[in-house]
Amino acid sequence: MSVATEAQYHVLAVDDSLIDRKLIERLLKTSSYQVTTVESGNKALEFLGLHDEQRESPSVSPNNEIEVNLIITDYCMPGMTGYDLLKKVKESSSLKDIPVVIMSSENVPSRINRCLEEGAEEFFLKPVQLSDMKRLRPHILKGKMKEPQQQQQQQNNKNKNLNNNSNNNNSKNNNIKLQAATKEKPLMKGYLKKEQGLDSLMAIV
Amino acid sequence: MEHSNLKRLVTSMKQNLFDQGYLDEQFYELENLEDDISPNFVEEVVNTYFKHSSRLMTNIERALETNPGDFHKLDSYMQQFKGSSSSIGASKLKNECLQFHEKCEQENIEGCRRSFQKVKSEHGILKQKLEAYFQLLRQVGPGDRATSSN
Repeated sequence: MSVATEAQYHVLAVDDSLIDRKLIERLLKTSSYQVTTVESGNKALEFLGLHDEQRESPSVSPNNEIEVNLIITDYCMPGMTGYDLLKKVKESSSLKDIPVVIMSSENVPSRINRCLEEGAEEFFLKPVQLSDMKRLRPHILKGKMKEPQQQQQQQNNKNKNLNNNSNNNNSKNNNIKLQAATKEKPLMKGYLKKEQGLDSLMAIV
Repeated sequence: MEHSNLKRLVTSMKQNLFDQGYLDEQFYELENLEDDISPNFVEEVVNTYFKHSSRLMTNIERALETNPGDFHKLDSYMQQFKGSSSSIGASKLKNECLQFHEKCEQENIEGCRRSFQKVKSEHGILKQKLEAYFQLLRQVGPGDRATSSN
């Protein structure tokens, strides 16, 4: 497919549930993202070009120089969990700047914190909704700002290390901010949608 | 005349499904994702859901018979079931899944069996109701669908 004139960001969605894959794909496409869905963490890593630790390639797929601008993954998956995938992405020098969002049907604060501490940008409570899609863009844009580094990294390791330090500081701040936001979010989630009225509120509760 | 009656029927069917607690607002979310490019998205997802959930239920039934001590496995199947039920807005079904989960936690096999019968029953009812709803909706036609009651 030819490149669109407007930047179309590419999201990789990972979920073992077929229903949820259909849903997230539709949500993302409706929000104008290019989407690839895979059913497992392993398939995700394959797509990202990370077959084994030693042989890394930049965040382009072996196929078509497709760039992945964000990974959104379910937490509970058999084999490699979303958390495991998050760790692998963040441990990879070529993939670590790709923002990762975790989804889960369960609101477990310790789980949320663990993911945020590991570098997840955000945590969505399932079922994910259209309004959640708006929260992706800032993370993608932040990731894009780090892009020039990704391309240069093989030529200039020193630069990479310097940037890592400042990035770590930034992401720590973000984590603290997001922790607060996301802790509230699950409780608030029901409330936020209740702009429609008290009836809807009662229906949720 | 006939057509507007159909539309009214579709609207009231849907309203009943909500009023009686079969569906929750997640179903509206699905409807919001339909557009000209994907005009039948909801029906497609729901069909996929019933195919998938029927298989899960067969697995649970088998597990209850052949390996009733493995509560972890039972619960794992049910978590999948609950997850996809929640994703399509199947509210009552989701709640029955929660009950089953609790029985698993208590390692109460008889409770699990009873709860599963309820899940099965609710599953069948919802399937029937949604099949009827979509059949009617198809007759109304994509261009003229009753607007979602958001």
